[in-house]
Amino acid sequence: MATYRLDITKEHCPMTFVKTKIELSKLKTGDTLEVLLTEGEPLENVPRSATEQGFKVLSVTETEVKGIHRVIIEK
Amino acid sequence: MATSDIQLDPKVKKLSIIGFSGDFDKLTAVFTLATGAAAVGYEVNLFFTFWGLDAIKIKQGRSPIGKGFLPKVFGLFMGGLKVAPVSRLNFAGISPKIFRHLMRKNNVATLEELVEAAKVLGINFYACEMAMHVLGLSKEDFIPEVKDVLGVATFLKLADGGQTLFI
Repeated sequence: MATYRLDITKEHCPMTFVKTKIELSKLKTGDTLEVLLTEGEPLENVPRSATEQGFKVLSVTETEVKGIHRVIIEK
Repeated sequence: MATSDIQLDPKVKKLSIIGFSGDFDKLTAVFTLATGAAAVGYEVNLFFTFWGLDAIKIKQGRSPIGKGFLPKVFGLFMGGLKVAPVSRLNFAGISPKIFRHLMRKNNVATLEELVEAAKVLGINFYACEMAMHVLGLSKEDFIPEVKDVLGVATFLKLADGGQTLFI
């Protein structure tokens, strides 16, 4: 089971979603993807769209940097 | 493709965009919506017609493509994605260069990056049969990702049950 990491804190729409989707497509069952993202649109929609596409969102936590969140997604 | 060949899954969310404009800014809107939708799980169909065909030409700069004298002249003036003008304040082609610079500087995806993302995401590209006929273009004049050449009836069938935009 592999763990992938992706930082989309510097990205803007639609690349926040595009880069997440491309990383998610690499996952095999049991693999996880850790996504660092900002508040607002990415935080609201990345976990939601991952769930809609059949992935499991394990956790959403704020990091030590204010406004930056860590989302862990499992296939 | 015949309309009878199309199998639709009613559970799949779908966005179909008619890419009519060949303008840099409007094509940016087409590919932003398309890639964003595909990334959040939509099936996306892009149907390019008239000036929009510029976006999917294999020769991205100015090139006299097309069969016959008049289509070749049109092809040369229309150009491809690389020379797409902005719809307002184009300043003889300087503005698209400024936009590309500003997009890179602000870490926003450029039009070319969005088109590449659209290919990676498996978005469906289609070309309009009628506009191609008028402009003397064939499927070989387009990027290989163009799945098929369609007419209105097939496009409507593909778009059925989803959201459709005209840009």
